[in-house]
Amino acid sequence: MTQDLEHVEEHIRACIVVFLSLLVLTGLTVWASYLEVPAPAAITIALCIAATKGTMVGLYFMHLISEKKLIYFALGMTVFFFLGLILLPVLGVHDIIRLLITKSY
Amino acid sequence: MSVVIPHIYEPRQDTGLTNAKLGIWLFLASEVMLFGGLFSAYVILRINNPLWQTWASILSVPLATFNTFLLITSSITVVLGWASLILKKDFKRYRFYMILTLLCGIGFMVVKYFEYTAKFHHGLFPSSNPFMAVYFTLTGLHGLHVLGGMAVLAYYCWPGSYLWKTNPVWFTQRVECAGLFWHLVDLVWIFLFPTLYLM
Repeated sequence: MTQDLEHVEEHIRACIVVFLSLLVLTGLTVWASYLEVPAPAAITIALCIAATKGTMVGLYFMHLISEKKLIYFALGMTVFFFLGLILLPVLGVHDIIRLLITKSY
Repeated sequence: MSVVIPHIYEPRQDTGLTNAKLGIWLFLASEVMLFGGLFSAYVILRINNPLWQTWASILSVPLATFNTFLLITSSITVVLGWASLILKKDFKRYRFYMILTLLCGIGFMVVKYFEYTAKFHHGLFPSSNPFMAVYFTLTGLHGLHVLGGMAVLAYYCWPGSYLWKTNPVWFTQRVECAGLFWHLVDLVWIFLFPTLYLM
């Protein structure tokens, strides 16, 4: 029981560090948006920082760092279908299937 | 023949999880798919659209940055509120942190109100162009989730807090589940903010 409370106390200290990091990363995101870089690079930088922030929120605020396997499995399925949601329409716009079959647009 | 399914709040032996924890994560997974579909629509509408940056330039980055700080702060106050129940068994401290969370949520919605009314004042509506359609749909749906989360947190602060006296373990689990939903709302905004305002 004491070990559980110590674990929770450690977790709370980690959450406070994560909170401060999120504030810094938010400032970094805004700063990076004003850099004079090509659009693909700007989008990549912004999404990488957002993914880092999202991962920190998920791992620490949402306790995913110490969750059970069933939750990881459910989230793994979610990520798979989420990527499908984002990628399949993009593949439709660029018509990869036609490209593969005809080797040209 | 009637069957009574008992309500339990101990973890199940087969999954190691409480029913509530599994239930809320499955719900959050469905919410990810909901917003995922809308982000997918954003990608489709934005690809090869030369006017997108022009349409997006009317948004206020400082206001949205302030909103991001509010939501991040509200996430840590939710965690500290839950910790007050687990570590200190201090309900007043928990309520203090929940009130801070609610104030952050109210602040977020006030800023959104000013943003929306400014758009309307300038004749910008969801039907004005694809960017405004995506902006109002995504932020509007997110705003509804903020309001829903605030309603749940307020419920557990006041009318629903009776359970703390009769079954503190069950009450703490309920607060944890509500907190998970609130963190997802923050997570969605973490991606919405750069997508709409910065890219």
